[in-house]
Amino acid sequence: MQHVIIGNGPAGVVAADTLRKADPQASIILLGDEPEPPYGRMAIPYLLEGNIDEAGTHLRRDADHFTRHDIELRQGRVTSVDTEASELTLDGGDSLGFDHLLIATGSRPNRPPIPGIDDPRVQTCWTLADARAIAQLADKDAEVVLLGAGFIGCIVLEALAARGVKLTVVEMADRMVARMLDANAGSMLGTWCEQHGVSVRTGVSVTGVDGSGERLDVSLDDGSSLPAQLLILAAGVRPNIDFLDGSGIETDNGILVDECLHTSKPGIFAAGDVAQGRDFSTGHRMVHAIQPVAADQGRCAAMNMAVHPTAYPGGLAMNVLSTLGLVSCSFGAWDGVDGGDSTQLLDRERFRYLNLQFAADRLVGATGIGLTEHVGALRGLIQSRQRLGPWKARLQRDPTRIMEALVGCSVQL
Amino acid sequence: MQRSLVLDPKKCTGCMQCEMACSLENEGYVVPARSRIRVFAFHDEGRYAPFTCTQCSEAWCLHACPVEAITIDASTGAKVVHDTVCVGCKVCTIACPFGTINYASNSGKVIKCDLCGGEPACAHACPTGAITYQDADQTGLDRMRRWAGESLSSATAQ
Amino acid sequence: MAWQRKILRVNLTEGTCTPEPLNMEWAAQYLGQRGLATKYFVEEVDATVDPLSPDNKMIMATGPLTGTIASTGGRYSVITKGPLTGAIACSNSGGYFGAEMKFAGWDMIIFEGKADAPVYLYLEDDEAELLSADAIWGKTTWDTEAWIHTQHQDPQIRISSIGPAGENGVTYACIVNDLHRAAGRSGVGTVMGSKNLKAVAIRGTQGVRTVKDPSRFMEATTAAKKVLADNAVTGQGLPTYGTQVLMNVINETGALPTRNHRDVQFEGAGKISGEAMHEPRASDGKPNLVTNAACFACTIACGRVSRLDKNHFTVKNKPEYWGASGGLEYENAWALGAATGTDDLEALTYANFLCNAYGMDPITFGTTLGAAMELKEIGALDGVETGDDLVFGSAQALADLVEKTGKGEGFGVELGLGSKLLCDKYGHPDLSMSVKGQEFPAYDSRGIQGMGLAYATSNRGACHLRGYTVASEVLGIPVKTDPHATEGKAELVKAFQDATAAFDSAGICLFTSFAWTLADVAPQVDAACEGEWSVENLGELGERIWNLEREFNLRAGLTAKDDTLPKRLLTEAAKTGPAKGLVNKLGEMLPEYYQLRGWSEDGVPTDETLKRLGL
Ligand SMILES: Cc1cc2nc3c(=O)[nH]c(=O)nc-3n(C[C@H](O)[C@H](O)[C@H](O)COP(=O)(O)OP(=O)(O)OC[C@H]3O[C@@H](n4cnc5c(N)ncnc54)[C@H](O)[C@@H]3O)c2cc1C
Ligand code: SF4
Repeated sequence: MQHVIIGNGPAGVVAADTLRKADPQASIILLGDEPEPPYGRMAIPYLLEGNIDEAGTHLRRDADHFTRHDIELRQGRVTSVDTEASELTLDGGDSLGFDHLLIATGSRPNRPPIPGIDDPRVQTCWTLADARAIAQLADKDAEVVLLGAGFIGCIVLEALAARGVKLTVVEMADRMVARMLDANAGSMLGTWCEQHGVSVRTGVSVTGVDGSGERLDVSLDDGSSLPAQLLILAAGVRPNIDFLDGSGIETDNGILVDECLHTSKPGIFAAGDVAQGRDFSTGHRMVHAIQPVAADQGRCAAMNMAVHPTAYPGGLAMNVLSTLGLVSCSFGAWDGVDGGDSTQLLDRERFRYLNLQFAADRLVGATGIGLTEHVGALRGLIQSRQRLGPWKARLQRDPTRIMEALVGCSVQL
Repeated sequence: MQRSLVLDPKKCTGCMQCEMACSLENEGYVVPARSRIRVFAFHDEGRYAPFTCTQCSEAWCLHACPVEAITIDASTGAKVVHDTVCVGCKVCTIACPFGTINYASNSGKVIKCDLCGGEPACAHACPTGAITYQDADQTGLDRMRRWAGESLSSATAQ
Repeated sequence: MAWQRKILRVNLTEGTCTPEPLNMEWAAQYLGQRGLATKYFVEEVDATVDPLSPDNKMIMATGPLTGTIASTGGRYSVITKGPLTGAIACSNSGGYFGAEMKFAGWDMIIFEGKADAPVYLYLEDDEAELLSADAIWGKTTWDTEAWIHTQHQDPQIRISSIGPAGENGVTYACIVNDLHRAAGRSGVGTVMGSKNLKAVAIRGTQGVRTVKDPSRFMEATTAAKKVLADNAVTGQGLPTYGTQVLMNVINETGALPTRNHRDVQFEGAGKISGEAMHEPRASDGKPNLVTNAACFACTIACGRVSRLDKNHFTVKNKPEYWGASGGLEYENAWALGAATGTDDLEALTYANFLCNAYGMDPITFGTTLGAAMELKEIGALDGVETGDDLVFGSAQALADLVEKTGKGEGFGVELGLGSKLLCDKYGHPDLSMSVKGQEFPAYDSRGIQGMGLAYATSNRGACHLRGYTVASEVLGIPVKTDPHATEGKAELVKAFQDATAAFDSAGICLFTSFAWTLADVAPQVDAACEGEWSVENLGELGERIWNLEREFNLRAGLTAKDDTLPKRLLTEAAKTGPAKGLVNKLGEMLPEYYQLRGWSEDGVPTDETLKRLGL
């Protein structure tokens, strides 16, 4: 049996390791197109902060890990997949056959069509190569403009602030992290950033970049402009599916997969940022693009490739974010569901917030600011679809008792 | 035979000797705020429940970690955080559905139960036998793990 | 070392919170908690101060073993000048609050002045803030704790607070922490209320860094825990029955004060005993007791957690009292029960819940109610609106009046005076069963002679926690003495008083002394704290503290005349039981006691004594 995995990010690597355990005899080939050992993008901010070196971003610490587990690491870019012949083509023209294929090619950052954006001082922050380029330009006191205050933007923001740059964030939406945090939490985050010396401009967009001078001149649609030594783009990502054109594998935003992470073609699976699978909360298929889901899907896809049928409960949207030391998180249907109800505690002055969303007596979503103790309990309660019984009323009185609710519901007291 | 911590709320008096012992073992001084095991009070029920990592086989935390900072101790089966590797990204804290891996702002890393290398200080300190370290087979934690396995994946059905 | 070496001074008038280094010279002389805080107090406060004026101060203090692995190392004390007695007040509490203060990095907090409007102190490690308590003024201690937890979105905050009783000036208001632990006696909550201080909320994440010799400390505490586990009282009796193990024992001894001390045995004792709390109720088949519970670090776990019968008349339409909460301890069961002649266990438990929620001392409340029942019976309350039920044995009266007293309504306002002012007011001062204005606890000194001396000389008024000779006279700990004899009791009382002061200054619980002597305490303190803490040094420490408190009281205007007992105990003989025919023979013990203490015939410490003790 020959398993081929395209993409050596978290989804691909977790899948390879799982496959090796589940199918000790199989041949496993893990393909990646970046000239690095498999690494975790999530660790890039810590590299930029100087907390770790590049080796600290590697997904497996032991250099021999893949050889030891007889996983063949190959560098190469897949340019097309022939599903009929069960064969793929690499950028050098080589082809490679497979019995089972996992597509775990992740996503890549958007580059919005803004005039002047091709200047080398305009960078995305996605790969190790990007990180090296940013490290060159983002010196202490350098003026840096960050386009986009979404989830990734905010993570990068913290790393840049730690480098001591003078930072301005420009966000088109009316608040920060609009896709992960509700209005309360988003505005608290904005206030926090302002109080900590980061200028936040919401509701404006970048209209052009003039690279003719010593510094970039970044013009905004409100008529103002910002000088910058560096402009960082964090304007969303999109799945790496272009190479599948003509393969017949069904795609929408990402690769459409069923609950076994199977694509529309037999023997071909997809996992991670590239996959568009079932969302736990809505039941609809969507691209999650977060690390825990990538790891879970990688594991689950591998089980199915090794012919141990395993269903995936659906990706639960969940995020945890530290912004200049303020920790925020959100889970599941954090913006509520039809016919549901909610409870919250809000303390803007102290930057503490906890909002719980219920559907009848089940927890379906949550948002927290300044909450770091036992946060995982929120996932547990949501994902187990635990009936809360008397705990619902108790959580309504004091939403912070999530851990008591989890323990109370699962342990014989 | 691997052993695991058996936690019996009916025997717990809420004295917190376990939290002190845990922090003493892991932090070098008494600081219950950073204990890996926690005792939760259920006032209306008149109960205390000690609770910590179940060392579950799924190990959501371990899989979610982007830098392999959590590994399995072969002798105990414990999922162990390596401080020198952890970057403090907190993804494991939301991935763990039991809420038993926590971010410690003082160190910028996460902390969780590592079974003290096979001699859990909490079990040793517990004066009432509410925490014991036993053969894995007979533990209430199995029930907990099963709850985890079943309820977290059966959610698919919907 | 085991001290954090830091105190917080909170000036409520100015609204300031200022850290100060702990005076380590004083710590070497007075150890911590009761001793050390008393030293601060007497140095800073004029003894003649009006207890309820802004010039009085209130200190919350931990001991060096608070927040350590030493068994019961979770105590804290409140030191102030008490409104009931006009003497030094020092009330000790367990729960988790004391340890939390230590973990936040503080040995003690000194409160001075008076806030303009209700405030609470929020202390998170080094950060201290005084915040408005407008939203919780008037609320019970239970609602106060819940409010603070949600307000700060932190379920791990530990809280000490006063209830409506402390706000309304009930003279015996207490300070409740962790829902049902309390610095209970002497009206320390009344002082807190007079300062417009509703609560102290603490979250500590700094921990207790080191002890002097960690490995020796581990050894000493482990050995001492074994002593507790192996001892029949601390290993079995207390966990199973709590202090309520005493109800039947003391009744049989003929020393269970009943109906305002008219009797020394209570026919209903069995129904309100520790054993009864285990019995399934006829009504719903469930026992009153749910479980035992521990305070922080305690390996004894004598605490009672009880749940009421939902159909009992006291709580029929009050679901807020249906959950489990702090159950009856011996003193409370006695005061609410025997002292009022009431044998309805559920009603007693209900009254106990309310005392916790409203923040008042059940001992003084129950005994004051008993005194009111006697006043009523002899006609002294004719024309006063008391309700018809005010008769000995009425559970209805108990239930109604505990609520009215907490809320400051109707006859409850009168009961809020305490027995001394109440009996004075209605012309029968002799019917107040108190010493220096504070009511007796649950041991009749006609049946246990040494306790008479202990009560009469206690520095905070009648109290069992200043010299518990019951241990020796009834239980035979550490040696059995004859409860009816007076001989040797002066020495016994002095020994207990001094040892107790040492226990109370270390951060541990006095109940350990059922099993521990200073020989068990000394190695733990010595391994934890700088300096040399031998048995002898601890004994001398206790004596030093005792004399320091005495000196304060003398300066406050108390004299040897106040070292006495109510006439009833000195003249009306016990009617039944082993002590039948006996009165307390205080006069046979007191002069010897003064002499042993190195005091003049007027009960004043001689210069020589003061010098010997370094005072
Ligand atoms: C700066 C930053 C911070 C982040 N922080 C968080 C966070 O805090 N929490 C969180 O949940 N998520 C975070 N993420 C997102 C997280 O990193 C991704 O969800 C995760 O990496 C997805 O894993 P994956 O394996 O699906 O894809 P990827 O990690 O993107 O890996 C895909 C791999 O496939 C390769 N590839 C693509 N196309 C081809 C091809 N045609 N042929 C061969 N190889 C190919 C890519 O080069 C890449 O190496 C962050 C991302 C970034 C950039
Ligand atoms: S916080 Fe540390 S252990 Fe947890 S996922 Fe991040 S790097 Fe791994």
